[in-house]
Amino acid sequence: MKPGIPDEEQVRTMTLEAFADTIVPGEKRSPDDRAVAGAAEGGGAVVAGAVELLETPATGLAPALGDFARLLNRHAQAYAGQHGLELDPTLPPFVALSFPHRTALVGVLTAPGHPEREVWVSIALFSNMAFDTAAHMHTLDAIAAGHPGLASMGFAMPDSDGLWRFSDYSYGRKLASLHPSTTPTGSPA
Amino acid sequence: MTSTETTDILVVGSGFGGAIAAYHLAAGGARVVLLERGPWLEGEDFEHDFKLGSSYTRIFDFVVGDGMSLLGGNCVGGGSVVYFAAMPRAPRFVFERKGNIGRRMWPSTISRDTLEPWYDRVAEALPVTRQDWDSVTYSGGLFAAACAHAGRTANPVPVAIDGDRCTNCNWMMAGCRFDAKRSLLFNYLPAAVAHGAEIRPMHEVQHLSRTEDGGYRVHYTVVDDEDYRVHTGSGTIDAKIVVLAAGAGATPVILQRSEGALGAMPAAVGRYFSGNGERLNTAILDEDRVRDLLGLSRGDGAAYGASQIGKGPCVASWDRLDGTLPEYSRYSLEQLYFPPGFGTILAQVPDASGPTWFGVEKKEIVRRWQSWLTIFTMSEDDNEGVFGPPPATGNAERISQQMLGRGPIRYRPTANTLRGWAQADAEVRDIMERDGLSRVMPWTNDVVGAYTVHPLASCRIGDDPNTSALDDRHELRNHPGIFVTDGSAVPGALTVNPAMTIAALAERAIPGIVQAARQRGVEVTYGAPSPDGATSGRRGALPFVSGLVRK
Repeated sequence: MKPGIPDEEQVRTMTLEAFADTIVPGEKRSPDDRAVAGAAEGGGAVVAGAVELLETPATGLAPALGDFARLLNRHAQAYAGQHGLELDPTLPPFVALSFPHRTALVGVLTAPGHPEREVWVSIALFSNMAFDTAAHMHTLDAIAAGHPGLASMGFAMPDSDGLWRFSDYSYGRKLASLHPSTTPTGSPA
Repeated sequence: MTSTETTDILVVGSGFGGAIAAYHLAAGGARVVLLERGPWLEGEDFEHDFKLGSSYTRIFDFVVGDGMSLLGGNCVGGGSVVYFAAMPRAPRFVFERKGNIGRRMWPSTISRDTLEPWYDRVAEALPVTRQDWDSVTYSGGLFAAACAHAGRTANPVPVAIDGDRCTNCNWMMAGCRFDAKRSLLFNYLPAAVAHGAEIRPMHEVQHLSRTEDGGYRVHYTVVDDEDYRVHTGSGTIDAKIVVLAAGAGATPVILQRSEGALGAMPAAVGRYFSGNGERLNTAILDEDRVRDLLGLSRGDGAAYGASQIGKGPCVASWDRLDGTLPEYSRYSLEQLYFPPGFGTILAQVPDASGPTWFGVEKKEIVRRWQSWLTIFTMSEDDNEGVFGPPPATGNAERISQQMLGRGPIRYRPTANTLRGWAQADAEVRDIMERDGLSRVMPWTNDVVGAYTVHPLASCRIGDDPNTSALDDRHELRNHPGIFVTDGSAVPGALTVNPAMTIAALAERAIPGIVQAARQRGVEVTYGAPSPDGATSGRRGALPFVSGLVRK
C-alpha cells in the first residue's frame, strides 16, 4: 500500500460512510474527516452508527458491502467523467465528490427505474434507521449514550424500568362534532 | 413405512381469519391444527426496543414488491398483535362498489345489513368499544380540532383496546407490553387452545397437495427462530378441510405454488389485490398556531409536541364517506402514529430545494419530529395489484434475517386510484395547512412504491367465477374443502381500517366450513358462544346461519 492511500477495508468503510452521510448529513468528526462532508450541524448517520448497522448480520447486507462500495465508486468515477470533475486520487471516488455531487448521484441511483435502485434504497433505508432508531443498539443503551438521532428527535426518556408510559396524553375534551350519521356502535353508517 | 400426521381441520395463519376459524371449529368438536410461520410472543416478550432482532422485527413483515410494499403481522395472532386496533365497520356504500369489473363486486348475499350480526359477534368477542374524548390522545385531539377549525366533523374511532391498561406508550406496533391491546392472544386463540386446538409457531406452509381420500396434504417447513431465511425442517399434515388465512400477501402465493399438485387455480387467485387505497401525509405543526388558532394547550406550556405520545389512531374524519359521491372519490382520513423508521423515512420535506426524502433539509424536519402529525388516507383503489410467480419459499425472498423481503407483487396505480389520492392529499392540506397551522407533504411513493398496512382482495369472494376466487361461502372455486378467511377474501378497498370486516366475514364463513367438514365425516357442530362464554352475539347471528349453508 502506498503511503496515504487507504487500504481496501478503509475504502469500503469511507465509501459507505460517505453514502450514509449523504442520506443523513452530519458535522465532521475531525478537521481531516473526508468521508463526512460536514454539510449539517450535529451528528448524522455516520456517528449514529450507519456502518455498524449495515455490518450487523441482521440486515442481511453485510457480506455484500464490499461489492456495494466498489460499485458506488465506479458510479462516482463515471459521474465525475460525465461532469468533467477532477477527483482527488488519494480518496475513494465517491468520497472525493463534493456533497452536492454526492447528493446528485445518490438521487440518480435511488430514482425509480434505476436498475440497481433496490441496493441503494436498502442502504439508504438502513442509514436512515441508524439515525432515527439506532437499530444496531438496544434503545435504552442508545439513549444512555446520547445517540445523536434519538436526541435530535427529542425522543422521550422511559420510566425507571425501561418502559415508556405517558400519564398525560389527552386534551381531555370534545374537540369536534361527530359525523351526523355515526351509528350507535361508533362506526360510519 | 412413513406415517403422516392427520387432523380434521388444518388452519394456515393465526390472524383474524385463522384464529376465528380455529376457535369455532375446535369448540364445535373438530380436531384442529393451526400452523403459523411467525413466533408466539406475549406480554413481557413485547419489547420497547428498536434494535433489529427485538420483538418488532420478529413479529412484523415488510415485503417490498414492484410498485407496492406490504406491512403485515408475522406471529401468533397475526395482524391483531401488531395493528393499532382500530375497528370501525365498513360504510354501507362499500358493499355496493363496482370497482374495475363494472358490476357489484361483493356477493349479492352480503351487504352492511347482512354483515351486521357478524360484526356484532366480533365486537362482543374482542371486545370492541367506542372511545370517549378523555381517551383521545393529543395527536387525535389535535386532528379533531383541526377538522373542526376547517368545518369538518371528526370521530373517535371504535377500538379493541382496554383503556384502563393502556399507558399511551405508542409501542403498539411492537406488540402490547401492557396487555391493553385486545389482540387475538386474549380471546379467540386461548379459547381455541382450551378446546384442544394445537398452535404451532414457526411453521411456514409452502404448498398443498391432494390425498387419496379427497382431503389435502399440507406441506410446511420449520423456520429458524432468529434467522427467518433458514429453514430447519419440514413435514406434512393431512386434513379433511384446509382453512387458508395466511394474509392477503401470502395466501395467493401458497395457492399459486400448489397449482402443480392441485391443478389450475381460479383466475382471480393472485389478482385484484388492493392496498385499501392507502396513503400517508405528514403535517409539521407550527406550535404557536396550534395554541393560537385551536386554543390547545397541554397544561405544561406546550401546545402539542406530542408525536411520541399515544396509541395509534384515535380520531378519523368520515365526511367523505358519502355514498352519494362517485366511486373513487370517497375516503376516510385518520390520525395515525408510526414509530421512527417506518414513520420517518418516507416523509418528505415541504418546499424542498433539494431531495425531498433524504439530505440536509430532511434532517431538519426530523429534528421537529415531536411536532409531526401523520394523517392516514384509506380510499378506493382499483384492485390493480397482481402477483407474479411465487418465490422459492414463503411469500418473499428474504433479504434480512427478519422483517425485510422482496415479494412478487406488482402494482401500478390506475388513474382512478391516483385521482382519489390527489383528492385526499388536497383535503389533508386544506384541513392541516389552513391559516398556517402546519405544512403538509405526502409520503413519497418513489422509494418503495405505494405501501399498505392493510393488504386485501388477492383471493376474493364474489358471485362471478371470472373475477372472484371464492364463492360467497369462502370456498375456493373448483377445489372443494379449501376455504380462505383472511383479508385476501375481502373484495376490495373498504375506505376504513379493515380488521373488523375481515373478522366479521370470517365469523360469517364458519357455518359453511362446519357444514363442509360434516360432509367429509368430521363430527363438528356450529354454535359456540363468544370466546369468554357470552351469548348475545350468537343469539343475534343464529337466525342467519341456515342461509349460509349449502342447500
